[in-house]
Amino acid sequence: MKLKLLAATAAALMAAAPAFADLTIPALNYRTGPYAPSGIPYADGFSDYMTLLNERDGGIGGEMVNVVECETAYNTEKGVECYEQTKGDNALLYIPQSTGITYQLIPKASADGIPIWSLAYGRTSAVNGKVFEWVFNLPVTYWDGASVAVKYAMEQEGGSLEGKKIALVYHNSAYGKEPIRTLEKLSEKHGFELVLLAVDHPGQEQKSQWLQVRQQRPDYVFMWGWGVMNQVAIQEAANVRFPMDKFIGIWWSGSEADVLPVGDGANGYKSLTFHGAGTDFPVFGEIKSTVIDAGKAAGDGTKWGEVGYNKGVYTAAVLAEAIRAAQEASGKSNISPADLRDALESLEVTEARFEEIGLGGFAPAISLSCASHSSPRLAAIQQWNAADKTWSVLTDYMEPDFEIVDPLIEEDSMAYASENGIEPRSCE
Amino acid sequence: MIYREAGDFSTTYQQDSQTFPIRFDRYRYYAILAVAFLLVPFFINDYWANAILLPFLIYAIAAIGLNILVGYCGQVSLGTGGFMAVGAYACYKLMTSFPDVNIFFHVILAGFVTAGVGVIFGLPSLRIKGFYLAVATLAAQFFLVWMFNKFGWFYNYSASGQINAPERSVFGIVVTGPNTHAWATYLFCLVFCVGAALIARNLTRGTMGRTWMAIRDMDIAAEIIGVNPLKAKMTAFAVSSFFVGVAGALFFSVYLGAVEVTEAFGIQKSFIVLFMIIIGGMGSIFGSFAGAAFIVLLPVFLKNVLVGGFGWATDVAAHLELMILGGLIITFLILEPHGLAAFWKTIKEKLRLWPFPH
Repeated sequence: MKLKLLAATAAALMAAAPAFADLTIPALNYRTGPYAPSGIPYADGFSDYMTLLNERDGGIGGEMVNVVECETAYNTEKGVECYEQTKGDNALLYIPQSTGITYQLIPKASADGIPIWSLAYGRTSAVNGKVFEWVFNLPVTYWDGASVAVKYAMEQEGGSLEGKKIALVYHNSAYGKEPIRTLEKLSEKHGFELVLLAVDHPGQEQKSQWLQVRQQRPDYVFMWGWGVMNQVAIQEAANVRFPMDKFIGIWWSGSEADVLPVGDGANGYKSLTFHGAGTDFPVFGEIKSTVIDAGKAAGDGTKWGEVGYNKGVYTAAVLAEAIRAAQEASGKSNISPADLRDALESLEVTEARFEEIGLGGFAPAISLSCASHSSPRLAAIQQWNAADKTWSVLTDYMEPDFEIVDPLIEEDSMAYASENGIEPRSCE
Repeated sequence: MIYREAGDFSTTYQQDSQTFPIRFDRYRYYAILAVAFLLVPFFINDYWANAILLPFLIYAIAAIGLNILVGYCGQVSLGTGGFMAVGAYACYKLMTSFPDVNIFFHVILAGFVTAGVGVIFGLPSLRIKGFYLAVATLAAQFFLVWMFNKFGWFYNYSASGQINAPERSVFGIVVTGPNTHAWATYLFCLVFCVGAALIARNLTRGTMGRTWMAIRDMDIAAEIIGVNPLKAKMTAFAVSSFFVGVAGALFFSVYLGAVEVTEAFGIQKSFIVLFMIIIGGMGSIFGSFAGAAFIVLLPVFLKNVLVGGFGWATDVAAHLELMILGGLIITFLILEPHGLAAFWKTIKEKLRLWPFPH
């Protein structure tokens, strides 16, 4: 009898615990493992903004937001477990926080009818909404990022990259490999030489890659890194005395956690970004007073205002707008995943609206459509100042080379469609 | 009282040498099979299939494979992750090259491909033993992962280097891709798992298994009594790699659906499967299952208790999980160095006498 009881309890505990809130948003976070330095600030920012909405406005449209955290440690197997565990509780949307998990979830979530928002990561060709009905990749994609980085380098070099050499230091995974195709096309177009240097998971060992940088003397180094890989790379770059202002990371390789460990050596390091840096936006003050100082923060509050934290706030703010739009469009406060998908597909967040929600000038306006699941597809360059310990945005938001990127997106998404027998929608 | 052998008479040699000589054991085994095949498919949902039962069944196949090599033949291998990758990529190439063929045959073929690769990487075992062989198989692990990353042919030149399982079916029932039913994927893996266990059990108690064990216990003595070490070691590598390859193929096609070689089949996979057989019990089929269950189910169980039950922060729970798992492994190894299988054996010995131990 005891054994039976024990078995029954065990079985009950193995089954997922249900959630009871109305707007359930699972957060596939990683606060552990080698990618935690990048994962924690984002997770804190996202949860804190949602807590702010719950505390200040009583949720969105009168419905409380329930952020269900699930720890993935950036591991796809755990990501699948988290997905299966949370999808039953009327999960509105998945933000996988990992390109690997995104690839995994794209077919699953499309079959289950739950939208996926891969925030400037994941499968770039998901921009094509005709093929990827349930997947969104806003505000910008890796291929756009690669193109903007090349554009910026070209501007720095006085308009031509002819005969120059660019090295790409990348995480040897689906994530790191994303920009290679675009960079290859761009190297053909602009006549620069591309050197590919792969760094294996988790990226703590990069001596040989940076030795190659020293030997081959590229004019620019681009980096697609994540987690501990970033700080190790910046340290190694400082060790081989690579000029920091010619070292440009993707938006995931430009956070405080990446440059602080290197100290003064990291001064001048650049990275792409799609939102503002710092805390000079009204909503950050509100988060500080209403959430962090009130002891309701998801983390310990020390990440407030970091680049990763700001990304979390950005994500949560745009998602809240989408939920609001869905509530208006469907006329009910308790929306379904399909309502949210429809709202995302016609989402408009103007600059005036960003101003209203206390994020004026934080990010460029967003306007999505059925055919284009990414907007505004702009990125700027930010630079690290080691003395002040601040990031500052150097340039305006720049457009990528759509002539190169869009045909690649079309080609890759159509390849996916034919592989999986998807008939593209007409979007009219 | 209930678990006893009194009144259980064997009248033929077959009866005497069967896998479960005690009637109660036999019925329990039939009952488990009946539940697994006839009851579970009706109650299974996506969560139970994808988070618990599929990984358990697939890891159990991999553990059986590794157990044949390490537990039965005594050849230490750290290349399990690499061999699983061979199975996965072979299955992927077959699935995409011959889309009309039943996926069942692709998985089997992927197993044979892996067996071939395993034999090649097993060749050093003829010359080196123990830790040195472990290092040689470690080289296989790194080489294979590097190879699948390096050459675009293996992943059909996809932009991200990922392989994605297209939709394939068995007799019209979809088992890979996103539109599967939990019961279908579960039954598909269960068939392979039960098949692997049956084949492994019967191989290990036949001539082949005896030659493996002879090599394990003392290779020189085995050679003197007429065991051909080349044949024994190569068959062990082949059979072991076959099962590991089948596990890799299922892991990719049915369980995950999209795989990236460094992340899914890295060195940690090799270690996890090795831990499974160490904890479960070397040289025991039951041990493979017990070890797989321990390693797969315990983290999920702990997570649900700590996060779902107590409402703790996810990162605290994740760290505690590692600590509890590590602590339990050490405790187990100190208290029962021969693994869960030996523990189970002791329990059965005690149960036979219960409630009147003398």
